[in-house]
Amino acid sequence: MHFSAEMFRPLPREKKSTQEIVRPSTTYWQDAWRRLKKNPLAMAGLAFIIFLLLLATFGPMISPYSYSDQNLLNTFKGPSTKHWFGTDNLGRDVFTRVLYGARISLSIGIVASLVNFVIGVIYGGVAGYVGGKVDNVMMRIVDILYGIPFLLWVILLMVVIGPGLINIYIVLGVVYWLPMARIVRGQILSLKEQEYVLAAKTIGSSSRRILLRHLIPNTMGPIIVTMTLAIPEAIFTEAFLSFIGLGVSAPMASWGTLASEALSSLKSHPYLLFFPAAAICLTLFAFNFLGDGLRDALDPRMRK
Amino acid sequence: MIQYILRRIAVSLLVLWVIVTVTFFLMRIIPGGPFQGEKKLPPEIRKNIEERYKLNDPLLKQYGDYLTNLIHWDLGPSFKYKGQTVNDIIEKGFPISAALGGIAIMISLLVGIPAGIISALRQGRWPDYLAMFFSTIGISVPSFILATLLMYFISYKLHLLPSALWGSPKHVIMPAIALSGLPTAFIARLMRSSMLEVLGQDYIKTARAKGLPKIVIIYRHTIKNAIIPVVTYLGPLTAAILTGSFVVENIFAIPGLGKHFVTSIYNRDYTVIMGVTVFYSILLVTLNLLVDLAYAVIDPRIKLFEAKE
Repeated sequence: MHFSAEMFRPLPREKKSTQEIVRPSTTYWQDAWRRLKKNPLAMAGLAFIIFLLLLATFGPMISPYSYSDQNLLNTFKGPSTKHWFGTDNLGRDVFTRVLYGARISLSIGIVASLVNFVIGVIYGGVAGYVGGKVDNVMMRIVDILYGIPFLLWVILLMVVIGPGLINIYIVLGVVYWLPMARIVRGQILSLKEQEYVLAAKTIGSSSRRILLRHLIPNTMGPIIVTMTLAIPEAIFTEAFLSFIGLGVSAPMASWGTLASEALSSLKSHPYLLFFPAAAICLTLFAFNFLGDGLRDALDPRMRK
Repeated sequence: MIQYILRRIAVSLLVLWVIVTVTFFLMRIIPGGPFQGEKKLPPEIRKNIEERYKLNDPLLKQYGDYLTNLIHWDLGPSFKYKGQTVNDIIEKGFPISAALGGIAIMISLLVGIPAGIISALRQGRWPDYLAMFFSTIGISVPSFILATLLMYFISYKLHLLPSALWGSPKHVIMPAIALSGLPTAFIARLMRSSMLEVLGQDYIKTARAKGLPKIVIIYRHTIKNAIIPVVTYLGPLTAAILTGSFVVENIFAIPGLGKHFVTSIYNRDYTVIMGVTVFYSILLVTLNLLVDLAYAVIDPRIKLFEAKE
């Protein structure tokens, strides 16, 4: 049978769509936030962290005492309305010292997560994207550094450059990007085979653009989870270092220093240990809960 | 298989060499020291150190000598104590730390694995919530806090156990608990998620469908497969126990290697810091090697020959 153009007649265009999107579309982040809000433990962790941030920022301004004010007539006073957490062996207000400790711990958490982000993401991203020999060499370096525990590297470096807050920042920066580099590299390795990367290459995008605009934004979920879980580890490391005498220098005191100082008078004045210990544990608790919750919310595949 | 083993040994040796080298040169760049320090050293020690490290030799020759001595398992003299060598310190302290660490590892496996299994089998019910609640606490409480709290409540308040020192089985209990807290919690979580993954596999459904008794399914098909990730955790587990021992041994005044290590940090006893770090690295790298090999043997899904690429 032969078809000719006259046999066909255009139908009038109807105003009817074949499919309709009824509900507003949610982005990945809205979706993740919705899932996170359903997790009460993670939300409690988030609330505690915000509370702690406010307390660490504004608390020392409101407190009538300074962290280094000594009052030798007023030593080892138990908790009271005047000194909420009591006073220590030199008559310093423990509440104020715990507040300053929060500043140190949180600043260390922030520095650790920033370093993690900048060095870890770039290092892992480059290794994963370039691949081949470069990837091999870059990842062998990471493997070798992984050969002994981070804490041992941290201790070694702290011994070499000496105690002090700035030095802790530096040392954490040198060591803590390793897990992030591994995770980002793994993600990039699998993502770069996806069709949209091929499409971007076809229309002539540069490597830099593909890495920054396509690959890294798509690995943001695991990156944020790793960052959140690196914070408690960094806080723990600082407390640990201060506890063995490699932390911040006196009269500054972190929670680790406070706990370690309390040890000598533990039998008679246990409250000196309880408050910094509670501060460390609650903070680590909050970050761990938030990290777990974020992992479930951002990466539904990882959810068990 | 042999090729894989040789390859892994070569990689481990390379890792060790890098760690030793980094340690050696890090100790050399310490400002003002340690070997040409401004501090007055007792003449015997100065002589020992100068003899040992031949400080007038070129740096590379010193480094070569250090490596040669290391191969002969000679870690050099202490920087602070006359007549003490790093080998002496390790020989004295390590057996104690190993005993304490071994007990802590046993506790974390014997408590963590069953806790993980139970909470996976009772997922979403109270045993699960209870186990996961305690494991989150375990992960959030640092060993030095746990140690000091145990010491306060059990020794000072209840007078149940001695608060410090080493010698009798009673002295082991609190430090071992303090050390095993975090790893136990971690193992429980690991075992739980691994169990849940295996329980969702098709072969478990098959086993159920063909009417195997529940106990056989759980023991033979689930636990045997789910325990593999725990085996890979043995390396990090030892590392955690080891770093934990730095503080726990100090708090309980246990004369182990961890306490000596921290004392040497306080004293800036550089040769001891360097020697003990190298010793710990050898220990951990060897252990990781063994775990990798064991893993390859127990998990038939791992194809060794792929590792060649």
